[in-house]
Amino acid sequence: MQEVITKYQQPNARGYFGQYGGKFVPEILIPAVRALEEEYERASKDPSFNSQLNELLDEYVGRPTKLTFANRLTEHYGKARIYMKREDLCHTGAHKINNAIGQVLLAQRMGKKRIIAETGAGQHGVATATACAKFGLECVVYMGAEDMVRQKLNVDRMHLLGAEVRSVESGSKTLKDATNEAIRDWVTNVEDTFYIIGSVVGPHPYPMMVRNFHRVIGDETKRQIMEAEGKLPDYLIACVGGGSNAMGFFYPFIEDESVNIIGIEAAGFGVDSGKTAATLTKGTPGILHGSMSYLLHDKNGQIELAHSISAGLDYPGIGPEHSHLFDTGRVKYNAVTDDEAMEAVKLLSKKEGIIPALETAHAFAWLENLMSTTTEDQVVIVNCSGRGDKDMGTISENL
Amino acid sequence: MNRITQKFKEKAADEKLMSLFITAGYPDLESTVEIVLGMEENGADMIELGMPFSDPLADGPTIQYSSDIAIKNGITIDKIFEMVVEIRKRSEIPIILMGYMNPVLRYGVQEFCEKASRSGVDGLILPDIPVDEDEIIREHAEANNLPLIHLVAPNSSDIRMKLADSKSSGFVYCVSVTGVTGARDGKEVSDSVDRFIERVRENIIGNPVMVGFGIKSHEDAKRIASNADGFIVGSALINTIKNSYPKPEWKQDLYSLVYSLKFRN
Repeated sequence: MQEVITKYQQPNARGYFGQYGGKFVPEILIPAVRALEEEYERASKDPSFNSQLNELLDEYVGRPTKLTFANRLTEHYGKARIYMKREDLCHTGAHKINNAIGQVLLAQRMGKKRIIAETGAGQHGVATATACAKFGLECVVYMGAEDMVRQKLNVDRMHLLGAEVRSVESGSKTLKDATNEAIRDWVTNVEDTFYIIGSVVGPHPYPMMVRNFHRVIGDETKRQIMEAEGKLPDYLIACVGGGSNAMGFFYPFIEDESVNIIGIEAAGFGVDSGKTAATLTKGTPGILHGSMSYLLHDKNGQIELAHSISAGLDYPGIGPEHSHLFDTGRVKYNAVTDDEAMEAVKLLSKKEGIIPALETAHAFAWLENLMSTTTEDQVVIVNCSGRGDKDMGTISENL
Repeated sequence: MNRITQKFKEKAADEKLMSLFITAGYPDLESTVEIVLGMEENGADMIELGMPFSDPLADGPTIQYSSDIAIKNGITIDKIFEMVVEIRKRSEIPIILMGYMNPVLRYGVQEFCEKASRSGVDGLILPDIPVDEDEIIREHAEANNLPLIHLVAPNSSDIRMKLADSKSSGFVYCVSVTGVTGARDGKEVSDSVDRFIERVRENIIGNPVMVGFGIKSHEDAKRIASNADGFIVGSALINTIKNSYPKPEWKQDLYSLVYSLKFRN
C-alpha cells in the first residue's frame, strides 16, 4: 500500500482551498449559505441521511458503476492498460445525478419545496429534474438560450420530467449566464428556494459538498482497481469544466502520491485562439459566482466568453479546489481542442462501443498525448463521466 | 472629515438624504460628469457611481442593461477615476463607487484604493463582499480613508446587523426587500419594511442608515424611508434615461424625476 505522506484537508473552516473559495455573495444569501453549511454538517454525520442516500444511489442511480477494462483501446495504443469508470451508466446518463440526489435530500431536510438549478449541457438540469420528480418537488432550471438549441434533447427530457426550463438570453447565453440568473432567482426567493448547484463552484459550502457527493466515484474506483489489478492506478484522467466529475474522481487519490492525476480542460479552437474554455491554462485568479478561483477575464476584470464544442465545459471559471490543486501542482491540467475531442468520440465509439458525451471525450482525447509515455505494466483510468446521446446533433454536424 | 460623514452632520433633523445611483459610462462616456452635477443641482445629496461588471448578479435587468452599454462604451476603472477628478473640480458632493469585486481585484486592490482616494472618492459599496470576506480589501481601504459601506437585508439577523454596523463607516445600506436591484410596484416593497427598519434602528447605532432597492417615486421614498436617514434610488433613474435618451430633453427628464424625489418628514 501507498504510504500517506501529506495530509490533505481542504477546505478550511471558512471554505478556502488554499487562497481559493470563500463566500463572495450578497448579504441576502449569507443566511442561506450558512443554513446550508450547518444542515450539511449535521446531515453528513447523520447515519439515517447517509443510509437513505446510499440506498438511493444503489437502487435508483444504479451504483456502484462498473470499472470496465478497455481492451481494444488498450490494444490500439499498445502501452498501459486502460480502464474506464462508467459514470455513463448512472441513471440519466452521467455522474451529475450523484450530487442532485444528495442535494435534493438536503432540501427535503430543510423543508424547501422549490428547487432551482443552472445547467449547461443539460445533464445537471436533467439530473435535478429527475430527483425533483422522484421527491415531488417544484423544479425550475435556468439554461442559456444557445445551450437550449445545442442540447435540445435534454430540454425535452426536463420538460417531460415536469421541470420548468427558463431560457436565459443575457450575455453569452450559456452556462455562465444561466448561473447568474439562478443566483438572481435565489436572491429573490431565498426563503423557500433551494439552489442545487451542479458543479464544484459557487460559495462555500457548495464546492466541498458537491465534491463529497461525487467522491463515491473515486472511492469505488479505488476499490475496483485494487480488485482488478491489485494496485493503485498510475494515471487518472478526467475532463474539467467546473470540475465536478474530476473532483469526485480525484479526491480519494490525492494523498496517493504515486498516482498521476490529470484534468483536461476544453481548449475550444485552441488555447491561444481566443475561443477557448481552458480556464487554468489561460486564466488568472478572480471572483465569480460566489468564490475566488481561476477565471477567463480581460484586463479590466470583465468575464470573457468561453468557447467549447461541449456545452458542459463552456464555462469561464473552474472550481476553487481545482485552482488550488493546480497551484500546488498535485494535479496537472492540460487542454484538448474541439477537434481532438471529436476524434476521441469516434475512436471510443469504434473501439469500445461507447459513445461518450462531448465533455467526456476531452478526457479520452488526452490518451493521444499520454499513452506513448506509458509502459505496459502501468494502469490508466479515464472517468467516463457521461454518455453521448444528448450530443448526437452536434456530433453529426461535426462528423 | 469624510464628505459622507460631513453630509450627515449637516443634515437637518427632518431631512432625508437622497443618494442617487448612476452607472458610470451610461448612456455614454461623455455625459456622466454632467449628469452627476445636474443631479446635485436638482437635489441629490450623494452619488453612487456604478462600476460596470459583465456579471452583476445582485442586479436586476435595468442595471444589467446599463452596465452592458457602459462596457460597450469602453468604460474602465481609470476612466471612472478621471470622471471623479472632473466632478471634484466643480463639486464637493460625496461620491461612492459601487460595483463588484472582480474588476477591483484585477485592477489591484492597493492601487485601486490609493487612486480612488486620490481622485476624491468617499466610499465603497461592494455587494459581493459581505462582512465575512471584507478583509480582501479592508486594510487598503482603511489606509486610504475609504469607508466600506456594507449592506443589510430583511433576512439579516440582529447579530449580522451589528456586525455590518461595526464594519461600515459612512452609513449602512439597508436593502428593503430580498431580491435584486430594480424598481418595483409599490406593494412589493411592503408593509414589512417598517418592521425591518425598526430592527435596523435597534441594531445599527454607530452609523446612519440609508434604504434602497425598489424606490421609484417620491411616494415610495416617503413610505419606505420615513424612519431612515435617507434613501437610495438607482434603477428608476436608469429607466428614465433609457426611455428618453438620446432625445434632446433626456437630461431634463432625468432631472425632473430627481427633483421630484427629494422629501422631508
